[in-house]
Amino acid sequence: MKEKVYEKMLLFCAMASTLVVVLVGLFVFLQGYPLIAKTGFISFVFGKEWLPGGGVFGIFPMVIGTLAVTLGALVIGVPLGVTTAVFLAEYAPGIVTPWIRRAVELLAGIPSVVYGLFGMTVIVPLVRYTAVHWFGGVLSPEMKTGFGIIAASIVLGIMILPTIVSISEDALRAVPQEYKKGSYALGVPRWQTIIHNTIPAASSGIMAGVVLGMGRAVGETMAILMVAGNAPALPRSIFSPTRTLSGNIGLEMSYASGEHAQALFATGIVLFIVIMLLNSFALFIAGKGVKVR
Amino acid sequence: MGDNKFEIHKLNLYYGSNQVLKDIDLNIAEHKVTALIGPSGCGKSTLLRTLNRMNDLIPGVRIEGSILLDGEDIYQPELDVVNLRKRVGMVFQRPNPFPKSIFENIAYGPRHHGVRDKAELTEIVEWSLTKAALWDEVKDKIHKSALELSGGQQQRLCIARALAVKPDVLLMDEPCSALDPISTARVEDLIDELKKDYTIVVVTHNMQQAARISEYTAFLLNGSLIEYAETNRLFTNPSRKETEDYITGRFG
Repeated sequence: MKEKVYEKMLLFCAMASTLVVVLVGLFVFLQGYPLIAKTGFISFVFGKEWLPGGGVFGIFPMVIGTLAVTLGALVIGVPLGVTTAVFLAEYAPGIVTPWIRRAVELLAGIPSVVYGLFGMTVIVPLVRYTAVHWFGGVLSPEMKTGFGIIAASIVLGIMILPTIVSISEDALRAVPQEYKKGSYALGVPRWQTIIHNTIPAASSGIMAGVVLGMGRAVGETMAILMVAGNAPALPRSIFSPTRTLSGNIGLEMSYASGEHAQALFATGIVLFIVIMLLNSFALFIAGKGVKVR
Repeated sequence: MGDNKFEIHKLNLYYGSNQVLKDIDLNIAEHKVTALIGPSGCGKSTLLRTLNRMNDLIPGVRIEGSILLDGEDIYQPELDVVNLRKRVGMVFQRPNPFPKSIFENIAYGPRHHGVRDKAELTEIVEWSLTKAALWDEVKDKIHKSALELSGGQQQRLCIARALAVKPDVLLMDEPCSALDPISTARVEDLIDELKKDYTIVVVTHNMQQAARISEYTAFLLNGSLIEYAETNRLFTNPSRKETEDYITGRFG
């Protein structure tokens, strides 16, 4: 009897969290759909002009901005994250492993505003210095502020490290010792065993970590707002200031109304779809890894 | 006893403060099958792993004494372990194919030792699989995953993988203990076939197996070598009381 009650309670709680996801999706969709229906999905997503005052809503610059900073974050975060994971799983001596791991996990706990502050006071000036002193001749003035794709990529690259490191480390540790022993017994040295045996065997898990990190990069708002420069124009170089989809919403929602607000919700729909696609992709490849074993 | 492949002198091995092998003196004959038998924990697998220095991977291990392979000390500091393991191949208790295709499993070793040419690799793969009596069963699916093979086929694949780097010696750590009787028989036939070209050292729990496949048998107990003799003599006329007790099943 009591068992039944507990079971129902647990079921209710599980349903509640599922329901929230559905409600959020539905709500954003309902609010944003009218504008997409009016502008047309293609001209909304591929429109190059974002002039909320003039009723022109094209988010293509933000789509490109999001792709650019996400790609940049991966270029920085993936090599750093995967090598850290390899070190933790394969090389780190027992005494230092927990400290490095704790430090990386702490990165996940830092609020994104704080990352933004760090970016503004450390990364942006560095990028500005590089732009002015090394590329001063070729860059136009708006590219010499330090705010832009590079600064955003570096900050995001650091922010996605914990996801990539911890998931990759788990995947590497899950590779059976037998594979390593088999490789050593063939006279293959340790480093080559890691490159050609351990990492390939863990590749589906590592890829899942990368895609989840990517999801985080796509959705990140606050830290990006503080370092990206936020101009709603197509970037012309990696020094250009840029605006992301999430940044677009974060920047303008506080004062938007009417169609403008609908356009921001519609931006949210696009963001929602991108993240859902990335997550299902992560699940798909992680699941594929299990089947191979 | 003919030529000795390995000469083991006064070998002592410790895991931390725990002595696992005690004063082992043993010569292993070339192109013969030598079986190491003894109850669990007697050190027979550890002894096997000293022959290709797989014990090096275990933290806290300490080794005294010497092991000569063709007259050369394999524990001298300047010895190239990579080269040693190339010459002394190993097959493990549980088949451990890599999660790659059959072809890639076999090509893995040669590739790391510098064979890049595709035609040459293909040749090595076919030769190794033929040598391991697996070619006919897998020739149509060598680009399929090795994990789709049966346990017995996987173990023969692991033998083929070891043969692909052209060793002189094959170490086998209870190679049949995870296999069914039919697969076991096939692996035993294979061992019999391979001893023409290779020196084989096999650890086994199964005394009938030792009697069937080996020319020489070493009996270990608590880390000491109790008796070493021709297999026939050791099983029919053991000279030590402990050996007799073990082979007649009084303990172990």
